[in-house]
Amino acid sequence: MADMKYTAPAATATAESTMDPDLKPRRKKYNIAIFIILVIGAVAMIFPFVWMVFSSFKTTQDIYTYPPKWLPSSFNWQNYTKVFELIPFARYYINSIYTSVMQTFIQIALSIFGAFAIVFLEFPGRRKLTTLIRSTMFVPMVVTLIPMYLIFNAMQDTYAGIILPQVFSAFTIFLILSFFESIPRDLCDSAKLDGCGYFRIMFNVVIPNAKSSIATAAMFAFLGHWKSYTWPLIITNKDTYRTLPIGMKYLVAESSKEYQVMMAASVMAILPVLILFVIFEKQLVKSITLTGMKS
Amino acid sequence: MRGAQKELRASIHRITVFGKTYEREQVVTAAILMTPVLIAVFMLFILPVIQVVIYSFTNMTTSKRGTFVGIENFKYLIGDSKFFKAIGNTVLFACLKLIFDTGLALIIALMLDSHIPLRKFLRSTYFAPVVVPVVASSLIWIWFFDPDVGPLNMILTKLGLEPLLWLNGKETALASILIFSVWKGIGYNVMLFLTGLQNIPDSYIEASKVDGASWWQSLIKIKLPLLRPITSFIVMIGIINTFKVFAEIDVMTPTGGPGYSTAMIVTYIYEQAFTRGKMGRACAASIILFIIIFILTQIQSRMNASKTVDYD
Repeated sequence: MADMKYTAPAATATAESTMDPDLKPRRKKYNIAIFIILVIGAVAMIFPFVWMVFSSFKTTQDIYTYPPKWLPSSFNWQNYTKVFELIPFARYYINSIYTSVMQTFIQIALSIFGAFAIVFLEFPGRRKLTTLIRSTMFVPMVVTLIPMYLIFNAMQDTYAGIILPQVFSAFTIFLILSFFESIPRDLCDSAKLDGCGYFRIMFNVVIPNAKSSIATAAMFAFLGHWKSYTWPLIITNKDTYRTLPIGMKYLVAESSKEYQVMMAASVMAILPVLILFVIFEKQLVKSITLTGMKS
Repeated sequence: MRGAQKELRASIHRITVFGKTYEREQVVTAAILMTPVLIAVFMLFILPVIQVVIYSFTNMTTSKRGTFVGIENFKYLIGDSKFFKAIGNTVLFACLKLIFDTGLALIIALMLDSHIPLRKFLRSTYFAPVVVPVVASSLIWIWFFDPDVGPLNMILTKLGLEPLLWLNGKETALASILIFSVWKGIGYNVMLFLTGLQNIPDSYIEASKVDGASWWQSLIKIKLPLLRPITSFIVMIGIINTFKVFAEIDVMTPTGGPGYSTAMIVTYIYEQAFTRGKMGRACAASIILFIIIFILTQIQSRMNASKTVDYD
């Protein structure tokens, strides 16, 4: 151990001394030109959000004055109350939260079951079923939209009708599967020797060991469901069951170019996502790159 | 005696299927766990896929079950200029979006991979639009694109340029949605490329520098070949996602935009099925959409398989 500590710095020192002398100072200096380009790009990326937040407090006059004002003349909340007057926004919001949470919950449960069976159990047809599940990735829902609509027609304007068709994602299964694969087999084998059944191994050994990864997958699934558009659009006809994205589509017509009201609605729709993003950014990035690498 | 009993017990706990022996408990557990998954796969994929094929040969509408009409629906689609317009729009949109989504994302990722301050923060800003719901962000851009009071036209007039019609113009509507779409989605690819770049061992790049390779040479000869698996993933996902694009189109330009210039294949399917009630015809269009996606992803994966490099 002591030897290791000694040789390590020595090795890097020789590496540095043999390196091209040009490289050393250049690596220390920041690349300012690139930094400036990236900052300009970043401003373009963020600007719409800043514009949205400021504009949500503007009055109609603020919006139609020329040249445009960046800041609202005074911070008033009337646009936010107006959203609730124009459309049943609270209802949409509750619907979105309920359906997204339920979809995420069922989707994660299904994915854990499937991934556990594929990774930890030997059973006939395992390979073929894995291929079958993988192949569903290549059938986007828009292709099967009409049969799906007819299958779930009886569930129109129900929560089940919104939730059930959206609970399966091969992506989530393979994401969780890749988490499970990194759990050491010995852990399960020793639990087995202690007389644990496979269900207990799943609930008491595997799931606790992949807890944070599963949470990431859940976050991912939730973000997907929160913005889900096409399916809720065709399966809902009544305001009682419409979700936020659908409601906001109708707001565009209802508010007739009152952009400040649309911005207030957008702020409220984006808020939960933004909070999740700030808290879980690291995990989100990790799992995005994981899905990319795995394939 | 003991041994025989043990063997007997073990044989009870094992089952043999097609000459392979499995532990009974594992098979039973797997059956219980896989059942809900398989029900979902059957109800949400296998059954609808079979049905979409069957329905495409019928004259089914919203109100009647329909009868077999052969390839009548496909004939109709081939004769429908609107359908071709929708395919053309989708292909154009997909090509342009793929070029920006891979090319521009790679450039941004390469820049983020260099030695700069605030790297993490900058990375987050490029990623932020990705997580924001598409409808909510569409609303912001509808305003940006407004020909009368939108900030984009105000900037153009300030620069002394002609204001544009953006979403209301036949020539500019699709381009406007493309701008929105690239802004919205590019961060995802930037993130993937950036991780790929950071996974390339420094020693490869150092070695090439020692050999006198320029930055450009090391990009072409080392970085790009090593990024190939990620690039192929991005292109694959990009094809599937752009061909099924609908939400932003439907929110920003309902009913296909000016002169049907932003109508996508999905817009066409939606219109046939839910505005006109022509379910059979919509199914036929869905099948054509699926075939296009399938062929493109196959070509893409073949091309990739023949060119994969391995440095290990």
